[in-house]
Amino acid sequence: MESSSFLSEVADNWMLLAMFTLFVGAILWAFRPGSRAVHKETANIPFRNDDFPVGEDGKASSKTEELQS
Amino acid sequence: MGNYLKLIALGCTALFAAIAANWGRDTAYILHAMIILGVSGYLFIRVLRRIDEPVQATPEGYMDDVVRAGVIATSFWGVIGMLVGVVIAFQLAFPVLNFEVLQPYGNFGRLRPLHTSAVIFAFGGNALIMSSFYIVQRTCGARLWGGNLGWFVFWGYNLFIVLAATGYLLGATQSKEYAEPEWYVDIWLTIVWVAFLVVFLGTLFKRKERHIYVANWFLLAFIVTVAMLHIVNNISIPVSIWGSKSVQVFSGVQDAMVQWWYGHNAVGFFLTAGFLGMMYYFVPKQAGRPVFSYKLSIIHFWALIFLYIWAGPHHLHYTALPDWASTLGMVFSIILWMPSWGGMINGLMTLQGAWDKLRTDPIIRMMVISLAFYGMSTFEGPMMSIKAVNSLSHYTDWTIGHVHSGALGWNGMITFAALYFLTPKLWGRAQMYSMSAINWHFWLATIGIILYAASMWVTGIMEGLMWREVDANGFLVNSFADTVSAKFPMYVVRGLGGVLYLAGALIMSWNIFMTIRGGAKVTAPVGVPAE
Repeated sequence: MESSSFLSEVADNWMLLAMFTLFVGAILWAFRPGSRAVHKETANIPFRNDDFPVGEDGKASSKTEELQS
Repeated sequence: MGNYLKLIALGCTALFAAIAANWGRDTAYILHAMIILGVSGYLFIRVLRRIDEPVQATPEGYMDDVVRAGVIATSFWGVIGMLVGVVIAFQLAFPVLNFEVLQPYGNFGRLRPLHTSAVIFAFGGNALIMSSFYIVQRTCGARLWGGNLGWFVFWGYNLFIVLAATGYLLGATQSKEYAEPEWYVDIWLTIVWVAFLVVFLGTLFKRKERHIYVANWFLLAFIVTVAMLHIVNNISIPVSIWGSKSVQVFSGVQDAMVQWWYGHNAVGFFLTAGFLGMMYYFVPKQAGRPVFSYKLSIIHFWALIFLYIWAGPHHLHYTALPDWASTLGMVFSIILWMPSWGGMINGLMTLQGAWDKLRTDPIIRMMVISLAFYGMSTFEGPMMSIKAVNSLSHYTDWTIGHVHSGALGWNGMITFAALYFLTPKLWGRAQMYSMSAINWHFWLATIGIILYAASMWVTGIMEGLMWREVDANGFLVNSFADTVSAKFPMYVVRGLGGVLYLAGALIMSWNIFMTIRGGAKVTAPVGVPAE
């Protein structure tokens, strides 16, 4: 079998399956239980550390503002 | 020790460039060798003068100097690129503007890649680099990793642009659309891009936030994918190390497919994923509320990543490309419509509960129109990728109109909004020097895009219909020149649209200049107040 047709064989069977599974898995993972709190926390990242990096002690050097919504 | 290695490297580069300037076989190559000789010579002296100075401690705080430089470079290249665009638009309407004295440098064929590269890579690229440096620091709570490597990325990228632009004017091109620069410029861009990736990843690794904010996912996807596309599409063998000409390794339909795999994903990952990274940071910031649905942003991300890479073949409908490949490209392009609109809705709905800002805040207005154009062009694109539609639209000005509603509407507007957001923040001003100038910019740009897109729809569809028109005996009714003369009024309208858009960009540059120069510094940090 020529290498190009072998590659296309692999591509439209196993690779397709692998990538589709990976994609669906990533979506399902986003909906896992407990993700809501994580996402809410992550979505608020832009509203922290606006002016200074987080210090070595792990505390924000500037006033941290959390948005309630 | 590091400085000595730098000196050796710079010295060798300067020596090589001097030899290359002497032995170079074509003008572009000789000029580029001289530019590189000048740059490496300057850097050599600079390093030499500071060689035994004690190493300074890393400053505290965010590394914003390089972002400031990026803001200035973005607006500078924006004006240059749009100006060249206006010139070539009028050259198409009035061919006499290809002045005889300027040949061959000033003709449409050489200015056109100058325009596309200046707006996409110089304006868009600088906007992406500076905003990714800004965003990754803020969302990681960490200073940019790598010290002066960030500066290397900025200057290295701008050197790439100068080399590319001068090369086009002097006729050095490998004739691949949006990948015109010749082999040594490609190698240089690869080095700069890897440095960009390293700086970005380094900052992500030392982040203080537990999670990686979604904007960084998009930006990382943009950096990684562009690296891959750039390397594969530019595999070529130079004819001589002393000349700019190179020969592509792929040939025929394989070369065409690789080129449009690159070309469409440059749209997908440079102009879409990268700018979506900007959108997912700046829109929530300016609106003062987190993104509408974080889950939707994750789905948006993965769907875009998994789908976009397959859409390239729709550029090659009805060519030597196998039918199955072009059908595959078409199908994936159509599926792409969904995640694109998901992203648009996510951005727009972020304003839920803050719609009143649309009246008072011209920056928000720019973001909304930009998202609207994102939605519009990601609907138009899939539609044009359908084979039946493509048989009418391909090779006509409809394609040009589509590209510009995406580039001017989506990329341009979100970049302007980001610049208006960043300038006061980076220079410690309360707000932009003139808010009414932002309003002027908004309307000039919007009307400009509408003139542009509308005239290109009309002329594109007209042209497509004229090309396929046959008489009762099956003979073609129109010659090519007939379509050209029929398009004249629309070409003038398109040029005027470009003038309006350029005028808006000039107003913005003035506004940015006045903001940087004028006004008292605000001592208190300027942030979007939490509500």
